[in-house]
Amino acid sequence: MQQEVVLAMLAKEPSHGYELRARLNQALGPLGEAMNAGQIYVTLGRLEKAGLVVSDRSNESADRPERKVYALTATGQERVSDWLSEVSWPKPDLAEFHLKLIAAAAAHLADPIAIVDAQRRELLRRLRDAQRAAMAEADGSDAGLLLEGIVLRLQADLRWLEACERSWSDRRSKQ
Amino acid sequence: MKAASETAVVRAVGLHKTYGADGALVRAVDGVEIEVAKGETLAVMGPSGCGKSTLLHLLGGLDRPSRGEVWIEGRRIDNLSEKALARMRRNEVGFVFQAFHLMEELTAQENVELSALLAGRSLSAARRRAAELLGQVGLSDRARHLPSSLSGGQRQRVAIARALANDPSVVLADEPTGNLDSTSTLEVLRLFEALHCEGLTIVIVTHDERIAATADRLVSMRDGELVDETWLMGGSTGKLGDLVGGV
Repeated sequence: MQQEVVLAMLAKEPSHGYELRARLNQALGPLGEAMNAGQIYVTLGRLEKAGLVVSDRSNESADRPERKVYALTATGQERVSDWLSEVSWPKPDLAEFHLKLIAAAAAHLADPIAIVDAQRRELLRRLRDAQRAAMAEADGSDAGLLLEGIVLRLQADLRWLEACERSWSDRRSKQ
Repeated sequence: MKAASETAVVRAVGLHKTYGADGALVRAVDGVEIEVAKGETLAVMGPSGCGKSTLLHLLGGLDRPSRGEVWIEGRRIDNLSEKALARMRRNEVGFVFQAFHLMEELTAQENVELSALLAGRSLSAARRRAAELLGQVGLSDRARHLPSSLSGGQRQRVAIARALANDPSVVLADEPTGNLDSTSTLEVLRLFEALHCEGLTIVIVTHDERIAATADRLVSMRDGELVDETWLMGGSTGKLGDLVGGV
């Protein structure tokens, strides 16, 4: 679990771990199902050690993390602001696949078009899963918006694979 | 193989369609063999100009092949007279088009009714059926609206209701989400999914991967030929959570 995500979820108000989890589930929908329940407490523990959050110790009855209310410290607050203004974006890692095709063709080890086809099938199945999950979401849900992004990315990848296939079949027909 | 052919709702054998003369012969459909089973949703994908719309028109009897056969529900249709072919289309096939093709001067309800009337229902039966179908596509409250006052997604849902008004053996859809934004696309996908669950046989030609991915089977078309077939039934290969990346 990325620490900044947990921190930012706390920015609204001091909260219990389970409340943070509910917020994440709401935002991620079916994509949050893979999330491990204990993970969020591990992250909160680390954040506490780093001085980014404090837990309320007024409730003596428990050391148990699920009873604690966590709040951002001033440093934590600052980290959230930094994170929000940071410009970052996951990198599409297409170079590896691209090089796979080039190497396969150069060494006559495998048919690049067959590799593209196999990849295409896999992406279509992922798109199917994501599309079905999107169809199950109510209009305008947070998770639906995330799923739309995933669907659009997979579509873009599939279009690139189409371009790969076209290019490699043209090369083959010119040989 | 024989058993499959007998249960196929739509079947094309050695299908060819060529346009133009010797010098500039265009093979729009070039030797297509295909069978669509009852209850199956088949997607045909390919770039513009690959012949997929022509194929759909041949399957639905909107156009005739240069060579080859088309069968619907065990009946050969490519050699029917114009009149018999028109009757076959009215009774057996539901069409859905990218540009909706609704009658702009008729209300949503009347558009659907008209199709039921043409298929031979009485006026009262057609009315009942139209109201029922508009309910099924979630547009009962828009029944009296003209197409011009509906959103793109709503218009396409009316068009789908119309395509169902004659209880067709098969629905043939040509780029049904081509003119729609992503919310409307989702509406239409949900509707196709519901129809699929009810056992309707559907053929969709599209270059929208989202539709293709929700079909049972996907065939790719290139230069008039079917070049690849992918079965998508049986769901996922991975966990959905893997799609979300590093949270």
